[in-house]
Amino acid sequence: MAFLQSAVTRAGTFTGRKGRLPYLLLLPGMLWLFTFFILPIINLAGTSTQTPVLGGDTGQYVQTFRLANYIDAFNAARPQFARSFIYAFLATLLALAISYPLAYAIAFRSGRFKNILLVLVVAPFFTSFLLRTVAWKQILGEEGFVVPTLRALHIIGPQATLTASALAVVTGMTYNFLPFMTLPLYASLERIDPRTLEASNDLYANGITTFRKVTFPLSMPGVVAGTLLTFIPAAGDYVNAAILGNPNTTMIGNVIDSRFFRIVDYPTAAALSFMLMAAILILVTIYIRRSGTDELV
Amino acid sequence: MADASSSSHGDLKLTRVTKSFGDFTAVDDLTLTIPEGSFFALLGPSGCGKTTTLRMIAGLEEPTAGSIHIGTTDITTKKPYQRPVNTVFQNYALFPHLSIFENVAFGLRRRGVKDVKEQVDKVLKLVELPHLSERKPTQLSGGQQQRIALARAIVNRPALLLLDEPLGALDLKLRRQMQIELKWIQTEVGLTFVHVTHDQEEAMTMADTIAVMNEGRIEQMGSPAELYESPRTAFVANFLGQSNLIRGEVSSSDADQSIVEVHGQKIAIVKARNRAAGKSILVGIRPEKIRISLPNDPCTGNVLTGGIVSDVSFVGVSTQYVVEMPWKQDLMVFEQNDGGTPTLRPGDPVSLSWNAPFTFGLDGSEDVNAGSEVDDPA
Repeated sequence: MAFLQSAVTRAGTFTGRKGRLPYLLLLPGMLWLFTFFILPIINLAGTSTQTPVLGGDTGQYVQTFRLANYIDAFNAARPQFARSFIYAFLATLLALAISYPLAYAIAFRSGRFKNILLVLVVAPFFTSFLLRTVAWKQILGEEGFVVPTLRALHIIGPQATLTASALAVVTGMTYNFLPFMTLPLYASLERIDPRTLEASNDLYANGITTFRKVTFPLSMPGVVAGTLLTFIPAAGDYVNAAILGNPNTTMIGNVIDSRFFRIVDYPTAAALSFMLMAAILILVTIYIRRSGTDELV
Repeated sequence: MADASSSSHGDLKLTRVTKSFGDFTAVDDLTLTIPEGSFFALLGPSGCGKTTTLRMIAGLEEPTAGSIHIGTTDITTKKPYQRPVNTVFQNYALFPHLSIFENVAFGLRRRGVKDVKEQVDKVLKLVELPHLSERKPTQLSGGQQQRIALARAIVNRPALLLLDEPLGALDLKLRRQMQIELKWIQTEVGLTFVHVTHDQEEAMTMADTIAVMNEGRIEQMGSPAELYESPRTAFVANFLGQSNLIRGEVSSSDADQSIVEVHGQKIAIVKARNRAAGKSILVGIRPEKIRISLPNDPCTGNVLTGGIVSDVSFVGVSTQYVVEMPWKQDLMVFEQNDGGTPTLRPGDPVSLSWNAPFTFGLDGSEDVNAGSEVDDPA
């Protein structure tokens, strides 16, 4: 009996240890996420329902679980919310239009230049995001070559400028997030077996039909990943709007930034952050569901 | 749009077709006619130019020189989607994002055919997989994918069906089964099949006509039996099955046979089966044609004495012997396990004999090992 029991225990320990190992490996990451993501989120949720201390100093708040904060915050920042999603959508669309031919060329037509081209795509990351956006301001500014050229070609009026405009914000975002679009697109295009394209050609589909019926559908995982990686950071971005925009192009990120650091209105900033997160989460979920790429990923 | 069903039927003709990639000539001045309705195999080792030939017929490569016709229509410069030709690709190249039904319907839809559903259902029944039409390719086994690739091509009733090593990815048992099925389907649909393979057994099982290719050229073309029994070159003799090739000199000839002296022994060969231009000759004999016997047993026909058994392997239906001859050459002998052969062990002295008409003769300038050292890429 005792023998049997010890055998059972031993077997138990064995499978037990095997079963525990994955959790042990997960532990460091989970601890990290708990400390630097879950706790701050809870904290933020708390902040979002606080109200100012009556007669207190600026920045003094008390926990009152006031959910109406969300309604107030939303009403205050409604145009910025709308703008954020419109700009992010436009930037994503532009980035897709620019990246797709680029990724296609790198994946199928670049031959021995493939690696050099991929490095060039990532090269902007070698300098800071902020610096690149400032540089973009220079390019579109009066001293840059773009404005004089467009004026000389009479595409824009002699007094017209490009900086401090919605156009500048959207082009800035497009430029800044381009690699996030190009790389996943490249990865999924590169994975396509060229023989499936030959098979399509063989089965009476010309180049355009082959692209529509085979290449593009097979690159959908890259399209979905690329658009998400562009849209999500673009919707929350405030650097481009701050540097390239004007007071009428502020995005939700700028509002959160000024509420937190300038007006010291923590509850509104926290509530806006939560609403931004929720909105992105819902949009992304609908998008992934509708694109139906689960089995291709 | 190509009309695969009516126009440009007829024999496939390749006329002086050459394909070079830089300095490398993959296909060298190839002229070939494939009769309509035949099952034709292009057989050769990897890199012999057979796949390039197939790709030129499909339109996936353009010939450097020469022309390709189907019947009287010149298709040399036509795009793949303009040719009445369909291909079963190596590893199938099914569309992973489409259902089996849509995979098979792909060609029909591109051509704007009306009764797509009816035709797809019919061809899925032909390959015995109608129940899988809603699945995706990745949910199918290799053998099933192979059949769908075939269905996707034959549903278009092309003038020509090209098969590029279609069975290469299947295991042996399934391959045998599919060989028989492919042959049956070809008879059923009556299309011209051009089959590219490096597997000589596969080519012999299925094809009416085989062209053996080597280094961009056709070595020999003919029926499987013709190629096997009367190879014209050492490459064909060694690549198609196994051959014993022994060097010799023609010593005398009469009206219908020659006597060849090989290492001091005399062998008779029918003149019509001798390809040697001069006196120097390679005498060929297939291993299964040889009878092995003890030195004192009576022998008839061509006899070679003085052999020593150096290896015996039992393979079920037959026993394979390696016999070392006095001139230090190993000869292969296959004996049926029908009780007619004495039990032999390595070291036993033996005589080899065979009916003289089985002997074939190749030119003495040929390499004895040509075609035998080719690695099987599968």
